Amino acid sequence: MTDRQNIFDSVTAQIAPFNKKEIALTETTTFAGDLEWDSLTVMDFVAAIEDEFDIIITMNMQAEIETVGQLVDAVAKLKTT
Amino acid sequence: MTEAAATAHNARTPAEVLDARDLFSKFDPLIAEREALLATGVRDPFAIVMDEVKSPTQAVIKGKDTILLGTYNYMGMTFDPDVVAAGKKALDEFGAGTTGSRVLNGTYQGHKEVEDALKEFYGTSSAMVFSTGYQANLGMISTLAGKGDYVILDADSHASIYDGCFLGDAEIVRFRHNSVEDLDKRLGRLPADALKLVVLEGVYSMLGDVAPLPDMVAAVRKHANCMILVDEAHGMGFFGPNGRGVYEEQGVEKDVDFIVGTFSKSVGTVGGFCVSNHPKFEVMRLVCRPYVFTASLPPSVVATAATSIRKLMHAGEKRAHLWKNSQRLHKGLTDLGFTLGTKTPQSAIIAVILTDQMQAVAIWQALLELGLYVNMARPPATPAGTFLLRCSLCAEHSDEQVTQIIGMFEAAGKAVGAIA
Repeated sequence: MTDRQNIFDSVTAQIAPFNKKEIALTETTTFAGDLEWDSLTVMDFVAAIEDEFDIIITMNMQAEIETVGQLVDAVAKLKTT
Repeated sequence: MTEAAATAHNARTPAEVLDARDLFSKFDPLIAEREALLATGVRDPFAIVMDEVKSPTQAVIKGKDTILLGTYNYMGMTFDPDVVAAGKKALDEFGAGTTGSRVLNGTYQGHKEVEDALKEFYGTSSAMVFSTGYQANLGMISTLAGKGDYVILDADSHASIYDGCFLGDAEIVRFRHNSVEDLDKRLGRLPADALKLVVLEGVYSMLGDVAPLPDMVAAVRKHANCMILVDEAHGMGFFGPNGRGVYEEQGVEKDVDFIVGTFSKSVGTVGGFCVSNHPKFEVMRLVCRPYVFTASLPPSVVATAATSIRKLMHAGEKRAHLWKNSQRLHKGLTDLGFTLGTKTPQSAIIAVILTDQMQAVAIWQALLELGLYVNMARPPATPAGTFLLRCSLCAEHSDEQVTQIIGMFEAAGKAVGAIA
């Protein structure tokens, strides 16, 4: 299994408790559109992801992340720097 | 079709086009929600008009004498005779307004006097007065933290703090509300050599809870290159031996680099400020855009503020009475069975947490009809999506008024079924 697949699996595991509608998760699933998360849910979820990977996803970066795939890419990049 | 769309310019949004969109379309859900709420016959909580204001604690709304429990007039300075007299004198001597920026023609003797009063009140070497508290946060945060720097803020921060972040070029990092551990962890993940501004508030205005500043300051000081700004908008006047704010009461004065505050709460007029002991602080007057590119406060406003600030230095008795009011109301509402924002009274703000918008509006209106005005607050202003009635006490509320207020909450709460 690749590193990216590992990150994807960890991210989807972190999404699960916030995925109230049990939407099937793919690379292109969007947080605002498909998962219908409000800003408070996003805040809690980002904090959970930050703690899981021991990284910081600044609000500036968050503004650019719309899909699960983009988040996985961002985490992969932040973990190597 | 909404009224907004119907009145839009025909050439741009022809009425015959189905589902015509314009820049207002994104507000359609909010417009629909409000229309549905008002269609139930309730009064609009965001369109109250005070026809007469009789004192810091009493107004007339639609012909009814009403006790004010939803102002920021914590110390009741708005009608203080010395304050009002100072404003009248300045209006006569210096006119209605300055028509100019602080850095050009808009600094009068009164602006220097109010900055001197602030320096004395806070015991700092510098004080800089902005036209509003919102602009003070906007200006300080966006100017201090530049490209490559970091701002670290509490998730429940006031809109002016968030907007200060968005106006600037720094990287923005949030931590969970009042969590020392979360703050510490996030600071630890940032590059040690990057410059950082940590923004905290003494009192958080929605629930009225106070920050654990000594623990937070200790966490910040474990990390390199951090400066600390504390917003004392809701703490000034009430907390600490000199009324400087929560940071004074909690004994962390030496560890805080910047205090931001406002004249529109305990001081009783309008305006904002930042005080600091930083030796280079005065350069802010040249580089801070929300300070430079706006008109300065009118002479009457700075005169009332200076007089009020000097009187607040010696307001120990008022502080004691306000504290008593807060404790009495908190106990009274708790005993009635209401859910409050804090388990113990922590500030002059007491938030009653309700289940949903309909219940919040119903009890808000019932209180208004009984003769009591409180703030109704709803998301996104509130944390965790709550609907609440925010009560803010004044040092001028009499013991009798507090008894009346508790009685009105009992009647209104029972009428709408919020309490048994």
